[in-house]
Amino acid sequence: MAIGDKKATRESYGQALAELGEKYDILVMDADLSKSTKTDTFKKKFPDRFINTGIAEGNMISTAAGIASTGRVVFASSFAMFAAGRAFEQVRNSVAYPKLNVKIGATHAGISVGEDGASHQCLEDIGIMRTIPNMVIINPADHVEAMAAVEAAINYDGPVYLRFGRLAVPQIFDESYKFELGKGVTISEGKDATIVATGLMVPYAIEARELLAKEGIDAGVINIHTIKPIDAELLTEAAKKTGAIVTAEEHNVIGGLGSAVAEVLSETCPVPIKRVGTQDVFGRSGKPYELMELYGLTAENIAKNVKEAIALKK
Amino acid sequence: MNKETAIHAYKARKHALTGIYNAQSGHPGGSLSIADILSVLYFEVMNVDPKNPKMPDRDRFVLSKGHCAPALYGILAEKGFFPASDVATLRQTDSYMQGHPDMKGIPGIDMSTGSLGQGISAANGMALAGKLANKDYRVYTILGDGELEEGQVWEAAMFAAHYKLDNLTAFIDNNGLQIDGNIADVMNSNPIDKKFEAFNWNVITINAHDYDAILDAVNQAKATKGKPTVIIAKSVKGKGVSFMEGQAAWHGAAPKKEQYEQAIAELDAKIAELEA
Repeated sequence: MAIGDKKATRESYGQALAELGEKYDILVMDADLSKSTKTDTFKKKFPDRFINTGIAEGNMISTAAGIASTGRVVFASSFAMFAAGRAFEQVRNSVAYPKLNVKIGATHAGISVGEDGASHQCLEDIGIMRTIPNMVIINPADHVEAMAAVEAAINYDGPVYLRFGRLAVPQIFDESYKFELGKGVTISEGKDATIVATGLMVPYAIEARELLAKEGIDAGVINIHTIKPIDAELLTEAAKKTGAIVTAEEHNVIGGLGSAVAEVLSETCPVPIKRVGTQDVFGRSGKPYELMELYGLTAENIAKNVKEAIALKK
Repeated sequence: MNKETAIHAYKARKHALTGIYNAQSGHPGGSLSIADILSVLYFEVMNVDPKNPKMPDRDRFVLSKGHCAPALYGILAEKGFFPASDVATLRQTDSYMQGHPDMKGIPGIDMSTGSLGQGISAANGMALAGKLANKDYRVYTILGDGELEEGQVWEAAMFAAHYKLDNLTAFIDNNGLQIDGNIADVMNSNPIDKKFEAFNWNVITINAHDYDAILDAVNQAKATKGKPTVIIAKSVKGKGVSFMEGQAAWHGAAPKKEQYEQAIAELDAKIAELEA
């Protein structure tokens, strides 16, 4: 793969598990979606370390907790809707409360699930997971970051929620990229405003910066892969330097990255903040890129919000 | 019958009731109904070391019906994991004795539980991990009969049989009562035996207060290969305290001073009788 080549982060998840399975004695669980979550890549290579629970996500999460209690690192995989939604209480009580080493691989997050429609387009998972103490949330932007995130999750002692997508997304980082849990990544410095993006919105944020540059606006871009714990220091620095923030995420603006950023900056450096994301609505069936357009998850909309945020200064 | 096992069970009942009385909060009914099973497990069956509670190859216990923690704390105190005086601080703000089992803060607790239906899944995970690692430890869990109304129990029941977890033994504390009344009236989980048979489990039914029967059933479970065992333990809610026996009202109510004193007097009399 090279910069710009497309691959869905769920593919990266499966690939990372299969590769890291050589190096680490991990177990991988799935609830009858291994062909979609791509854990079947691991299953084919390490059948003795793969556990299918059938269609029973709550049971999968609590079982993973029991496995982790014996000292093993275990990945539990399903769609975000079921991993964070249906199994919320198992995640909270069986995994997070005792801080067990369960890594939740949640694929098919967000509106870009496409044709399956609202029932499967989880736009609430970051918000749900963010409110649980002990939980770490990583939302990688591309293949390179997703691969690195899986290894970082293995090396972190405690629960991690990893958010992956179904849609193929462009590679934006090269092989020299160093992933650091909890640290935001400054992609471009700016002086008029800062776009803080996560997941598949990162390339749109980069594109928005280019659109704005044509109008003489200098917008910085920060990639936040770890939504919890969030890099408050970097965000505060950006707010102080540029005085306006726009967040971009494939998630409801309530509870997700936008909320997390607003929470930090309201305490450290209050500046105008505009939040790009789904505006507290359910999705619908359609082609992924048509839906992204429909719900405003575009470079143009980010650029528009940057101008609005700048206008709100002072 | 091993008299010591019975004595520990009755002393654990006292510790549990003392903690509940001091907190004026907790679940006496189910705690009293599982005390005998716990005593057999911890004093005659399980390989555990109070001096090394996290010993990797220990047998494991998960209290799936986590609200009966007072009885478990009582037995763990008898076993020497912590002093009985700590159980007396149950549910107090400055105590580590949480209302429901907390594996991070309480020695001897193998899984944090309290939300019904999740403990059996965690027990499955421990049992499966043991098999995958070629360990010969065994895993025990106790569920309530009301808990069987949780759908996750049956997801877990399917899983345990599918993965042939013959190192797992689940007890059903079958006292026939839940908070809102008789199981049969609130949401009938009967017939319990036929349900587990249909889920491909080895099923044994015993009297939950017959120490020899408990041990015998555990040994039968150990000898059963290729499937998990469920021991349906016909119990008396509130067992050991005359006015609590068979009363749903004592599911989650703390005794008043006179009631507590009477309960302790009855339990002391039973202990004296056993020690005689």
